[in-house]
Amino acid sequence: MGNVLTIILQRLALGALTLLIVSIVIFVAVNLLPGDFAQNILGQGATPEAVASIRKDLGLDQPPVTRYFDWLGGVLRGDLGSSFAQANFASFTGTDSGAKTVADQIAPRFANTMFLAMVTAIIAVPLSITLGVLAALYRNSVFDRAANITTLSSISSPEFFLAYILILFLAVLNPILPSLSNIYDGMAFSERLQKSLLPALTLTLVVTAHMMRMTRAAIINLLASPYIEMARLKGLSPMRVIVKHALPNALAPIINVIALNLAYLITGVVVVEVVFVYPGIGQLFVDSVKIRDIPVVQACCLIFAAAYILLNLTADIMSILSNPRLRHPK
Amino acid sequence: MILWIIAALVGMGALAWGFRFAGQAATGNAPKFRDMPYGVAYGYVLGAVVLLWLIWAYMQGRSSDPAIANKFFFLRIAIEGFIIFAIAAWLFRLLGRAVGTAWSRKMFRSMPLTASFGILTILIYAILAIFAPAFAPYGQEQIIPGVAANIVPGGDVALGGNPDFPLGTDQIGRDIMSRLIYGAQNTVGIAFATTLLAFLLGGTFGFLAATLGGWLDQILSRLVDVLMAIPSLIFALLLMTIASVWAPQLGIPLTVFMVVIIAVIDSTRVFRLARAVGQNIVVMDYIEAAKLRGEGLGYLVFKEILPNATAPLLAEFGLRFCFVFLTIAALSFLGVGIQPPLADWGTMVRDLGGFVNYAQFAPLAATAPLLAAGAIALLTVAVNFVVDWMLHKSSGLKE
Repeated sequence: MGNVLTIILQRLALGALTLLIVSIVIFVAVNLLPGDFAQNILGQGATPEAVASIRKDLGLDQPPVTRYFDWLGGVLRGDLGSSFAQANFASFTGTDSGAKTVADQIAPRFANTMFLAMVTAIIAVPLSITLGVLAALYRNSVFDRAANITTLSSISSPEFFLAYILILFLAVLNPILPSLSNIYDGMAFSERLQKSLLPALTLTLVVTAHMMRMTRAAIINLLASPYIEMARLKGLSPMRVIVKHALPNALAPIINVIALNLAYLITGVVVVEVVFVYPGIGQLFVDSVKIRDIPVVQACCLIFAAAYILLNLTADIMSILSNPRLRHPK
Repeated sequence: MILWIIAALVGMGALAWGFRFAGQAATGNAPKFRDMPYGVAYGYVLGAVVLLWLIWAYMQGRSSDPAIANKFFFLRIAIEGFIIFAIAAWLFRLLGRAVGTAWSRKMFRSMPLTASFGILTILIYAILAIFAPAFAPYGQEQIIPGVAANIVPGGDVALGGNPDFPLGTDQIGRDIMSRLIYGAQNTVGIAFATTLLAFLLGGTFGFLAATLGGWLDQILSRLVDVLMAIPSLIFALLLMTIASVWAPQLGIPLTVFMVVIIAVIDSTRVFRLARAVGQNIVVMDYIEAAKLRGEGLGYLVFKEILPNATAPLLAEFGLRFCFVFLTIAALSFLGVGIQPPLADWGTMVRDLGGFVNYAQFAPLAATAPLLAAGAIALLTVAVNFVVDWMLHKSSGLKE
């Protein structure tokens, strides 16, 4: 068992290293910006004194390497800097305007996005596994073909198309669910759930296809094994053969693909949040991109990348844990 | 609502039992009904109910009462569209089997309907994109004199429409229908160019890494690993933020930056595949023979490796095109992709999205954004169908 622990620790270290390099990439990319932020904020008619003052305020007068380590140190302490859009130029205006830091801005939205991802996962994972098992059970039947075509279509449609189709049928023509997800603090749970159901359904459509196809493929892969034939020959029903004998051995690739799809959700969430005006981190990211609020963009990017790496790492570790052959590399 | 659904499911359960029992009685306990699991019987009943409901909904869509007809308008269009596309794909396959070379006829004979639908759709898009100026009634940037701006789509005069402009005009008076047609040229053309660039970059470096190996392979592979650790849409958005500052200063259109950024991000995926495929080919005996003949690097890559890597790369090209196309559409939808005055589907969906809320009163008005979004979806679905078939054929997968 100690061997497994070493492998997991190795992977975690590798993940941390990747994240560190990614943070450097993000920082370098942001520093490719022409001129500097102070000039950009104040515009053409700024006096040199004002520019210098803001530069000092934001720490832009330091060399890039120092700034990188300042930023990284801040991130590790949970301090993501202060947003330019709501910057608090105390030394410039002489008063404290009570502006919010990036962390203050991101924290509640991050919780909202997590809520959305959780609702999606709760709907999508059981649904796709059930559909995958059924498709494997009735393979090459009308049901299998229909499920295949439907999922292939939904996976290849853009997220906003699916979102508008759902809005059209479930919000406009049949007013069952609200098309705007204006979530706020202190909302009752049921209302919150109802308002985030439509974006969650859209994301479900996006991720279900891949998970379902992988479940089906993983199970069908096993059906030729001798032990499945044995189970069949002793007279078990096809359903029992698949659920009792094939599914447990197919779980490894299935868990792997679930983790990868949750990672994919992170990208999909941006567009869906914009369509439904859902106050999550994706919408904040897009808004900040538009007004070039660099600290927020930087922080969101890092959070997205961290979640992405973490989920990929989980998929990796899960597949190692479930497959003894990978535990003993040659 | 939920009670109704549960009641319907339970009712169908009873029906399924009855169906199986009736089948057993009617056929004298034939094996088909005797050994039918309950789930299969339920599936038959469910399928029949869904089919009946679709027919009922279609009838509702043709109802003379506009309130009811409006409500089922989109379902009606979807059903009609599905049937028309299916027939068109079937006819196209018949045509493909009858004319052409022996090779193409053989290909069409073994083709499933989905793949022939895909090929037909791709052909239509290609024709539309190449001959867009001939199809579009107006230019994509043309502000038509004497025509009001913001004409509501649908051509309903009572709502502020104009029958001459079935999809209306935008905020400065350009014909949306023409822009939709030009969108095929811009959106598809730019996505195609981006994919080509991504393949040029990824393929070249991937084959180089596979042939040369050593430190070049290590450096390129680690670089690609890092770039792939950032979700692609997020990375593209970050780089687009920076590009949007540079673009006006350098006087280069933002769209050019977008093409390069997405090509570089996507070339990492191509690199992985090209390197993996290349490594399998490099160890072959004929490569050894070519090396012994004293052939140069260029000959090895282009004359020996590339021809043997065409099949997997072609399938990847289709999939990569879909990803690039969807990324560009998403970026445009978010407002940082293809820039005006170029007409583009993603931007149109964002601009016209609000009309979806008119669906109850004026279904035609709501079709405008759906047409743009649907155009994107249709092409990616078509490409995916074709790629799915190609992969299935080349892998010899027969279950």
